[in-house]
Amino acid sequence: MEPAIELRGVTKRFVSPAGTAFTALRDLDLTVAPGEFCAIVGPTGCGKSTTLALISGLEPPSIGEVRVLGRPVTDVGRSVGYVFQRDAVFPWKDVLENVLAGPQFRRLSRAEAEARAREWIARVGLAGFERYYPHQLSGGMRKRVALAQTLINEPQILLMDEPFSALDVQTRALMENELLDLWAATGASVVFVTHDLEEAIALADRVVVITAGPGTIKGEYRVDIGRPRNIAEVRFQPRSVELYAEIWKDLRDEVLVSYERTKRSVA
Amino acid sequence: MRQADAAAGDRDVARARARDRRRLLVLGLRIALGAFIVGSWELTTRAGCHGPDTATCVIDPFFFGRPSGIVEQLGIWIQNGTAQGPLWEQIAVTLEETVLGFAIGVVLGVIFGVILGRNRLLSDVAGPYIKALNAMPRIVLGSIFIMALGFEIPSKVALAVVLVFFVVFFNAFQGVREVDRDLLANARILGASQRQLSTHVILPSALSWIVASLHTSFGFALVGAIVGEYLGARKGIGLMIATAQGTFNANGVFAAMLILAVVAILAEALVTRLENRLIRWRPNAITDVNI
Repeated sequence: MEPAIELRGVTKRFVSPAGTAFTALRDLDLTVAPGEFCAIVGPTGCGKSTTLALISGLEPPSIGEVRVLGRPVTDVGRSVGYVFQRDAVFPWKDVLENVLAGPQFRRLSRAEAEARAREWIARVGLAGFERYYPHQLSGGMRKRVALAQTLINEPQILLMDEPFSALDVQTRALMENELLDLWAATGASVVFVTHDLEEAIALADRVVVITAGPGTIKGEYRVDIGRPRNIAEVRFQPRSVELYAEIWKDLRDEVLVSYERTKRSVA
Repeated sequence: MRQADAAAGDRDVARARARDRRRLLVLGLRIALGAFIVGSWELTTRAGCHGPDTATCVIDPFFFGRPSGIVEQLGIWIQNGTAQGPLWEQIAVTLEETVLGFAIGVVLGVIFGVILGRNRLLSDVAGPYIKALNAMPRIVLGSIFIMALGFEIPSKVALAVVLVFFVVFFNAFQGVREVDRDLLANARILGASQRQLSTHVILPSALSWIVASLHTSFGFALVGAIVGEYLGARKGIGLMIATAQGTFNANGVFAAMLILAVVAILAEALVTRLENRLIRWRPNAITDVNI
């Protein structure tokens, strides 16, 4: 079967206004199968977010090729959804307007867009909050808005950049479970970036470890834990703990490299 | 338990009473301060005067006016009209010039600010000229406008537009430049076209910057209208000030200033209402200008 996402020999450099080049990713190969939940872990600044930017088409690769659903990526694709780390809901739109932005941009009729938006708002548990503005909601609720806003477009590719990192532990576990439920209903391919290995194992089919920048693949691990999963329970399963120990060996070295670097740059 | 509740209730009542007392105290002191300033003005312009020569007074009312004289002047204007016609007509003319200049200046400022903010080439090319124009004291253009557009309303509107435009322009420009990159990326992923990016993301985001400039720019519009009238007009509050100055009527200048102050405060309240309407979504939208 053709992979849903394919990165081949991808290098991404950014050139600062001062003219110095910074290599975020070097010679990265990654494929994600249709319907697969792939988690990417790595130390801070290893180019995890850059990987998502390349897949989404927000950034072009410097070298190499990015293919999504069998086609080379040239621009922002219609089949991609992207949940950002920071709140990227529009503060001047209320919940309803935020969620129906996607269909509205894609020129659906107002009535249809609104009907679907209400459906999605209910699905993420925000029924009754249609007329609230983002600043009136809690962080977890804003995340739900962002999820509904992204999923209403029915993306075949779902990119998530540490979406729950700003949430408190309890809310986070709730949101992770909800994400799994929502995802199970869509069958989308997911690339989930996180620095939290436990979260990666609990959610994903496969965990990819990326080296400290410039990022490249250090190791890949299949998470052979059945579904449906309950996040609260999965974490304490012996297999999860084993996997954690195994992957952490890979990840620890990279985290240390990254840590030494930041220490030096501060000093 | 019940006793504890009752005690807590009592404390709340006591606190509410203390708040009320404070409010009354502030109000009382405010009135006292105003009365003190106006009263001492009145008294010092009356104290120590010998005979008809006002220069002997502690403060010479010939140059500095006198509150009772100002009130008298206002009364004359209201009853008999001004040298240029009825008082309400002067106010209406000045207001018309101000509002027209404000509206045109804001619209032009927003349009140019958004266009240049979105187009880097254009802003790089036009940048130095705009900075040069902004650095110039634009009030001197008033003379040109009077010569070119005459003594009627258009010359004052033009001056107000020129003053308002730059304030709004720079805010709109900056607002467009400061748009959150994540929000832009999100809108693009969700499927927004370039046009939709402008209307759904860039404009609303820049709006809080633009709206913040409205207070300042309304003041500028009023300055433009008044200075324009001062330089040459047939009607308006600015002309009333010029006339009063020409006849050494200090009370007239102060009375016209008082009218202007009232107009400005009313306008300020309207702008605040407009502001709250435009950015309802913002947390703690500004409801009043606090010191």
